Amino acid sequence: MKVTIREEVLQYQDQIIEAWLEQVQTFRQDESLKNISASVYESTSREFIDKLLITLQQDVVADTELNQFVEKLIQMGWPLNFITRGLQEFRKASVKIVAENSDEFSSKIEFFQDIENWVDEVVNLLVDQYSGSWENTVFLQKMALKELSAPLIPVFDKISVMPLVGTIDTERAKLIMENLLEGVIEHRSQVVLIDITGVPVVDTMVAHHIIQASEAVRLVGATCILVGIRPEIAQTIVNLGIDLGKFPTKSTLKKGVETALAMTKREIIETEA
Amino acid sequence: MQVQTHVDINSEWGIVAARQAGRKLAREIGFGSVDQARITTAISELARNIYLYANQGQIKIEEVADSNKRGMKIIASDEGPGIRDVRRVMEDGFTTSGGLGAGLPGVKRLMDEFDIDSELDSGTVITAVKWLR
Ligand SMILES: Nc1ncnc2c1ncn2[C@@H]1O[C@H](COP(=O)(O)OP(=O)(O)OP(=O)(O)O)[C@@H](O)[C@H]1O
Ligand SMILES: [Mg+2]
Repeated sequence: MKVTIREEVLQYQDQIIEAWLEQVQTFRQDESLKNISASVYESTSREFIDKLLITLQQDVVADTELNQFVEKLIQMGWPLNFITRGLQEFRKASVKIVAENSDEFSSKIEFFQDIENWVDEVVNLLVDQYSGSWENTVFLQKMALKELSAPLIPVFDKISVMPLVGTIDTERAKLIMENLLEGVIEHRSQVVLIDITGVPVVDTMVAHHIIQASEAVRLVGATCILVGIRPEIAQTIVNLGIDLGKFPTKSTLKKGVETALAMTKREIIETEA
Repeated sequence: MQVQTHVDINSEWGIVAARQAGRKLAREIGFGSVDQARITTAISELARNIYLYANQGQIKIEEVADSNKRGMKIIASDEGPGIRDVRRVMEDGFTTSGGLGAGLPGVKRLMDEFDIDSELDSGTVITAVKWLR
């Protein structure tokens, strides 16, 4: 922003702040903001305008206290809406008040453009900061979900369990296959129990992936047992005409574990206390 | 008025959304858990076929009533490549995508009524009904 215009805005800053705070109160009742307490809203608004005016006095907009302030808002989950509306109001208030007070500037289009450009720059920067943090969050959640989505858990020596919970899409089907094969080799599993109790729909795609995964597991020298087939799922599998005949299945995880122990020549016995 | 829902299928999320809408309506109509699973699975097959072979399309589900029975109808429509030989795709094991080829014959067995209307290069409409008993 040009020095002359900057000085002009700063000269009337008290009036601008006053007008701005008044406007900011008007969108206090917005859906996204109404759960914030009045005192927090007030103090945050004040801090926002302070940081904005500090930034105005600097030549660059990036890496300022304003960024740190916005970072704090992101952490606390404030809506982006507060920032963009706040900046719009700041533009309106400064244009109006400077124009009212200074004949010299009110007539110059350059003045309006300068304020406009500065506010745009700040908006772009802060929106980037916000969306960057969202993308980051979405990315982290995706990673977390990915880790959760097909875990292979070694429960006994030579026996592992893969509990599947939720919808199986193509990406997840791929993970199931990868994790099964890697895990079987890493844990030296001989028997893997795939538990589908938590899978809401077993259609031909899911069945196909499970069949393929178990064939792959067989090729690395282990056996898959499918457990947790709910009665209604058993019926739909039969209706679909999918042949699980050569596929070991058990109704519950408990029965599967017993079978797996038997297959590895072990059993659970009760000891005397 | 009878309930009617449309779900656009253009990604795997659409398939999940159609299934959920289908399960909800099936439950509301009063289907038991096995029939709910059958209906949901049928929707899943038809929606996935749309996604795989036509890229996009629509699943419409609605409650239907005859003089003495009630049920649920699924209409899966797309403007994709169409099906050349309707009789062949109804054979168990016929697939052009390396799948199990169990989807369409499976849907026919899962539901009570089943009909394919398909024209090459202009699209496919598959209608299936399950009656409440
Ligand atoms: N909406 C459609 N448009 C065009 N072709 C279709 C459509 N639906 C099915 N087909 C064709 O019919 C074939 C059989 O479909 P079906 O659903 O029975 O088996 P699949 O999709 O190949 O395998 P699965 O459903 O067992 O995973 C498909 O391979 C495809 O060539
Ligand atoms: Mg199919």
